Amino acid sequence: MGDLVPDAETRPFWDGIAAGELRLQRCEDCERAVFYPRALCPHCFGDRLDWVTSPGTGTVYSYTVAHRAFGPSAGDPPYTVALIDLDEGVRMMSRIVGGATVRIGDRVELEITRLGGEESPALPCFRVKESA
Amino acid sequence: MTGRRRAAIVGVAESEVGRTPHLTVLSQQARASKAALAEAGLRPEDVNALFVAGNWSWAPALTLAEYLGLRPDYLDGTNIGGSSFEAHLGHATAAIEAGLIDVALITYGSTQRSNRSRSAPRPPATLTEQFDRPFGLPQPVGAYALAANRYFHQYGATGEQLAEVAVSARQWAALNPDACHRDPITVDDVLGSPMISDPLHLLDCCLVTDGGGAVVVAAEDRWPDIGTHPVEVLGHGETTTHSSIAQMPDLTVTGAARSGPAAMKMAGVTHDDLDLLEIYDSFTITVLLTLESLGFCKPGEAGEFVRLGRTAPGGDMPMNTNGGGLSYTHPGMYGIFLLIEATRQLRHDFASDPPRQVEGAQLALVHGTGGVLSSTSTVVLGRS
Ligand SMILES: [Zn+2]
Repeated sequence: MGDLVPDAETRPFWDGIAAGELRLQRCEDCERAVFYPRALCPHCFGDRLDWVTSPGTGTVYSYTVAHRAFGPSAGDPPYTVALIDLDEGVRMMSRIVGGATVRIGDRVELEITRLGGEESPALPCFRVKESA
Repeated sequence: MTGRRRAAIVGVAESEVGRTPHLTVLSQQARASKAALAEAGLRPEDVNALFVAGNWSWAPALTLAEYLGLRPDYLDGTNIGGSSFEAHLGHATAAIEAGLIDVALITYGSTQRSNRSRSAPRPPATLTEQFDRPFGLPQPVGAYALAANRYFHQYGATGEQLAEVAVSARQWAALNPDACHRDPITVDDVLGSPMISDPLHLLDCCLVTDGGGAVVVAAEDRWPDIGTHPVEVLGHGETTTHSSIAQMPDLTVTGAARSGPAAMKMAGVTHDDLDLLEIYDSFTITVLLTLESLGFCKPGEAGEFVRLGRTAPGGDMPMNTNGGGLSYTHPGMYGIFLLIEATRQLRHDFASDPPRQVEGAQLALVHGTGGVLSSTSTVVLGRS
């Protein structure tokens, strides 16, 4: 999993994951959540962004089961990559862990996991909590 | 666009497509450029604008201009994936209308198959990619698979409906001696091919080939000297909705919903006026979403539109008449081949090959898609 390269702007997010927390930005002007981290709110162009800790709950917007994998971040297929709509109103790409069959609309919860073993970085993955 | 100086495609050519280890991205573009200019009866020194896309150089337009010995006074390296070339055509047309240039050369070349670069490790993720790459989505197919599953969920669409797109493309490819794959296929063949990223099978995916192409655009002042029937650029629109698939606002609606109406409005045409469609077919799902976003059918109904044979040879809305990226060729950024095929159809180049020629074709819509449904660019072309 050689594809995680935090930078000055995103390090607070990845430090949060390493510490077991999903941290999102929140715009003080329009009060909307912002993901991924950035310098300006993409909703209102405001530049007053705070960090808040998310409970890490959301809904599966879509998913795919990868049967072929290419590139350095490829795991052992088949595995499920999903788009998760967090309850704060932002969408993120992630991996579904825990082995359950996934469907669109499933409720999921955060499970921070090292997909590539102990030497690999901690990543915000999700597990199915309640099937649609 | 009345009152402004008009622009038309006056020459098109591709280099060899398929597997071309004897060619480079530069020699492909050189061969295609020479052939396209020769067809038009123009000389290299007539070219005063160069349009290039690709990631094979830190500045592709500079590298290619030097290689070809051109000193263009107008450069455009707009790089929005496979839709770059429809954007280039729109930009070239605007520059011609404004009187800035007279003759533009648009080119593309790729050696992705010979280089095996499609599956080569990419550089470490940077900036926004760090929020996608660690999760192992096979790119780009996985992104399109996410869109397909969402489309299935919202509209009850099925893998059979996706497969019909590949079957229709193959029927056209059978009529094109230059197509990489010409053997007939069925829906069952598509569904029986290996699953790559659920629900997309191998035959839902475009080919991986080498190849190059060139398109020459000229101002109307030059048309009297031209050796071909000019194909006029009547309208253009382009947009982007996202870069990463995770940030696409609605996985079932593409930028075609903006670029399509913009191009058709500029051209002053409606859906019923069009004689053929050249629609970017990176994956079967790309085509269904594009047909709906362009307004050729209602959301969820494109599968039926294709299943009825409307886009296949003999149908009332012929689409991807060279076999498309699914069966003809796909060297990574396919958009220039859409323009080449539409131009030939509108010139009636296949008049001696009636099954391939869309009879009496006067108006075509050409639609490029780039990235992972990220950018779209639409042009309307007309036989002048
Ligand atoms: Zn804001």
